[in-house]
Amino acid sequence: MKQSLFENRHRAEWHAFAGQLEALERGKADRQQCQGFAAAYRRLCQHLALAGARGYSNHLIEQLQNLVLRGHQQFYRHRSPLGTQLIGFVLSGFPRLVRAEWRCVLAAGLLFFGSLLGMGVLVYLFPELIYSLVDPEQVASMEQMYDPDARRLGRFGERDSGDDWLMFGFYIMNNIGIAFQTFASGLLLGLGSLFFLLFNGLMIGAVAGHLTQIGYGQTFWSFVIGHGAFELTAIALAGAAGLRLGWALLAPGRLPRSEALRLAAGRSVRLIGGVILFLLLAAFIEAYWSSMTLASPTLKYAVGAGLWLLVLAYLLLAGRGAYAPD
Amino acid sequence: MSLSSVAQPARVHCPPLDTRYQVETPEGIDLLLRPAGLVPRALAFAIDLAIRGLALLLLFVVLGLLGQFGMGLASILLFLLTWWYMVLFEVFNQGRSPGKQLLGLRVVHDDGTPVGWAASLTRNLLRFVDILPFAYTLGILSCLNHPAFKRLGDIAAGTLVVYRDTLPARPNLPQAEALRAPFALSLSEQRALLGFAERAEQLSSARRAELAAILAEPLQVPAEQAEQRLHGIARGLLGPT
Repeated sequence: MKQSLFENRHRAEWHAFAGQLEALERGKADRQQCQGFAAAYRRLCQHLALAGARGYSNHLIEQLQNLVLRGHQQFYRHRSPLGTQLIGFVLSGFPRLVRAEWRCVLAAGLLFFGSLLGMGVLVYLFPELIYSLVDPEQVASMEQMYDPDARRLGRFGERDSGDDWLMFGFYIMNNIGIAFQTFASGLLLGLGSLFFLLFNGLMIGAVAGHLTQIGYGQTFWSFVIGHGAFELTAIALAGAAGLRLGWALLAPGRLPRSEALRLAAGRSVRLIGGVILFLLLAAFIEAYWSSMTLASPTLKYAVGAGLWLLVLAYLLLAGRGAYAPD
Repeated sequence: MSLSSVAQPARVHCPPLDTRYQVETPEGIDLLLRPAGLVPRALAFAIDLAIRGLALLLLFVVLGLLGQFGMGLASILLFLLTWWYMVLFEVFNQGRSPGKQLLGLRVVHDDGTPVGWAASLTRNLLRFVDILPFAYTLGILSCLNHPAFKRLGDIAAGTLVVYRDTLPARPNLPQAEALRAPFALSLSEQRALLGFAERAEQLSSARRAELAAILAEPLQVPAEQAEQRLHGIARGLLGPT
């Protein structure tokens, strides 16, 4: 078949398809218009293949290729229902993923919590050690924040405003930013994640040890125990995701490095999805529960311990059943 | 279609000479994507940066009036703008942030499908590393070094920034009487002939004559008539319009 005959025979069809595409690209296609899109797309692909096999001119092939490419973009759009996916992820996907990546999670957890506890004990035993890590001004502001006489607690306690919104915003901003950095810098052969895990562990440990040592332990621990369950776990998990990236680069196994990295990134970004949820929860608890002075410390310890158990149980047990929701 | 053309062996797949990126789709055809290089991507980023800067300025002025509630809201929005601006636009606007849209770029997966949540989040979170140690040094080095101009985030996420091709205008074939080729043409020869006729308007007459003269001998015509003869054969291949 000569090219011009071919073109004349199918031009109307291509024109109609282009119209459909335009509507879809602007997001204004209704159900009626989309009918027959798949069939039209397949036919177009066949036309392109024919045009190539018959040696038709470049212009026609480019025109068909353009249509096919645009059709491909619309046809393979990701339109999975986000809501149900999210529920499945929270109920089973995330804890399963954490358990599947237990090596990285364990390494990151040991690094982070190990440095935190170690530094805490060291500072408790040798109080002047904190000044080698934290500068005196910061130490003073920390002391002021957790002064047992303050009415409100936490990073904005001294403002005495009670504006939980401000705190909520600040916590989201600050903590998720730190988690993202911890994750992303794992791309530097894992060194960045190592650094952020150790740095945050040492800092938090030093402050905790110092405040306990000078007798502000009650206010400090009752404040942090609640949201710490989510926040500290989340930082450790973000570090684990970062280490996973770095490990894929260091030891790609039988894959090329870029391919290993791509696969590792696909898994670790899902970990980060869970981390974001954890940190949103933590920010919420920190702003609205931890800073309350109405609840007695005993109650806060009890709730805090409950939350830690909840997080551990969730990560270790959720989604294990054979009929776990997918 | 004659039997001989069916029996012809499949086209030899040689990589294109330019930067085009070939993807085979489930429909059994090859998509040709054109990855965008450093400069258009940097420009698109600069536009996005400017938009974000303006939005932030406006936010702080307006929300500053609302006191602490406003500042809390502002810091949440600041967070959204710094970490989520690109992700949300890429996922909901078919791979195009406003800057990319202005420059005619879009983000797709390596297999040519539109970018999804996981890939978009990965490539934009890892931007943090591309920025290091200053002014996107790592990103630029990686982009210049990669055949498909990927920065580190793109490599990890398996994404590609490509041009949205626009449709070229229909070329006018030069007037000539339709002729039959004096010998059988292979597919690529046939396409080369058609290409010569389609691009005639873009070439100077001297260049056209020079190119056509190469074929004067196999066509068995004097060099001056070779061009007209080629156009005639192209007409003949195209068929009656």
